[in-house]
Amino acid sequence: MGIGVVIVAKKKVIFSFPPSLVEEPITYVLIKNYDLQVNILRATVRPRDRGRMVVELKGKKENLNKAFEYLEGAGIQVDALVQEMRHRPELCVSCTACVPMCPTGALSVNRETRELEFDHNKCIICEACIPSCSYRALESQF
Amino acid sequence: MLRTIEQINAKIKSGKIVVATAEEVVGLVNEKGVKRAAKEVDVVTTGTFGPMCSSGAYFNIKQSTPKIKLGGGRVTLNGVVAYAGWAAADILIGANALPDDDPRNAVYPGLFKYGGAHIIEDLLAGKKVRLEAKAYGTDCYPRKEYSAELGLEDFNNAVLFNPRNCYQLYNVAVNLSERTIYTYMGVLKPRLGNANYSTTGALSPLLKDPELRTIGIGTRVFMGGGEAYVAFNGTQHVPNPERDANGLPLSPSATLALIGDLKTMDTRFVRAASVIGYTSTLALGVGVPIPIVDEKVMAQAALADEDITYPIVEYSESYPLGRPGNLGRVSMAQLMSGRIEVDGKKVPTGGMASRAKGRAVALELKRLISEGRFLLTQATAPLPGAALAWEEEA
Ligand code: SF4
Ligand code: SF4
Repeated sequence: MGIGVVIVAKKKVIFSFPPSLVEEPITYVLIKNYDLQVNILRATVRPRDRGRMVVELKGKKENLNKAFEYLEGAGIQVDALVQEMRHRPELCVSCTACVPMCPTGALSVNRETRELEFDHNKCIICEACIPSCSYRALESQF
Repeated sequence: MLRTIEQINAKIKSGKIVVATAEEVVGLVNEKGVKRAAKEVDVVTTGTFGPMCSSGAYFNIKQSTPKIKLGGGRVTLNGVVAYAGWAAADILIGANALPDDDPRNAVYPGLFKYGGAHIIEDLLAGKKVRLEAKAYGTDCYPRKEYSAELGLEDFNNAVLFNPRNCYQLYNVAVNLSERTIYTYMGVLKPRLGNANYSTTGALSPLLKDPELRTIGIGTRVFMGGGEAYVAFNGTQHVPNPERDANGLPLSPSATLALIGDLKTMDTRFVRAASVIGYTSTLALGVGVPIPIVDEKVMAQAALADEDITYPIVEYSESYPLGRPGNLGRVSMAQLMSGRIEVDGKKVPTGGMASRAKGRAVALELKRLISEGRFLLTQATAPLPGAALAWEEEA
């Protein structure tokens, strides 16, 4: 690869960290030291408990790799988020009950067919839609 | 009268019938006017699909030796409690029935993962369910316990029966309180977080013949993928509601009691649903064919989503306490736009009934009629408050 080509990568990952690290300023370090854009999609961080964060990281590929090394060194487990929310069209009846639950517009109704459409890229895995589906057509895969 | 049911059926048999869905005739009437549309189209098909809680199925079991009398005993299907208050071999399972050990809303909001509706769905999907029965034993039916794995074909009869179905016009539900509530209209977020509706609008069977001039006792309908009949008026049927200029009722009014052979139905149009915090229930596809016997029938069958309006009702207090009044009215077109305005606030909308599936029902019924596989019946008696078109004074 030629010099000067900067490979920018984007990754959705899950950080799991032990209670001792809950107070560690992780996002600050990632931004400051590794020049990453950090978008927190979901976080459960309770003092004296395990913490978990779903984040989207964007930056130079080499910086991303260095950041993962830092995180692992610091005792934070990093898992790739393969598939987060699943919409199962074979179970969906397109009732649209889930649509007003979704804060990002990831769930919407096709104006022509009146069928439900799920845009994976807009989903922040907040899980707000799950209880509204009476047909088990929405599941999270955490 | 433009045509009789007999003439319509003759055209169906000869393959010359002209059928349009209730959505299709909206455009047709706009373009050509009621008179010409009524001349061209013989039958309009409607369709709805949504949770219909007042659903159940009754079964007649084949006896084994020695025989057992289930009536007065206790029967469960996959643990879900069935009704055994009938004769020796008849049991009924309601869509809302649950196993004894389901926590219901004791763990709030309840999930209602598996109930009577799921039994019906499982049977239709070709799965077997476990029947367990305890009886008191008689001289002619000595057996006291019985357990068997049964599939749909193992029953002598399996009949889907709905004491109340196809509600004509339904409320749009909102929540003005400070907490999320879990209702039969779905999850309602606090402070007008969403507005839920349960109707297929311009496809909704009883909104397309709002004065029930062609739908009565004995009308053959499409239900759950098979054939069914209007057995009677549904429970809670309101005979003489207040109406708008188009003849549409202003509040929930007419209902149908429907009955059909479960063995003819399929899971495309019969689905179990678990409505959080509320119940296990059965979602059903129902389509009613409307014979275009005169121009008035066509004019009403062609009412558009813009013409059909619903009352907005508050469900945290007003509905549970039975307070009269509403927060205004909105049209189906507004509901389908994704946002309505309530109290000056923009509120996102969600559905309980499926317009997409309602359309699939109407198209399926259209196909069946066009292919000569579904004949119309002439209702033998009107529903309370209604007069059938062919019985009106000329
Ligand atoms: S998880 Fe949240 S963002 Fe994703 S589809 Fe459901 S409601 Fe929308
Ligand atoms: S609530 Fe479930 S069934 Fe209804 S549209 Fe959403 S995903 Fe489909």
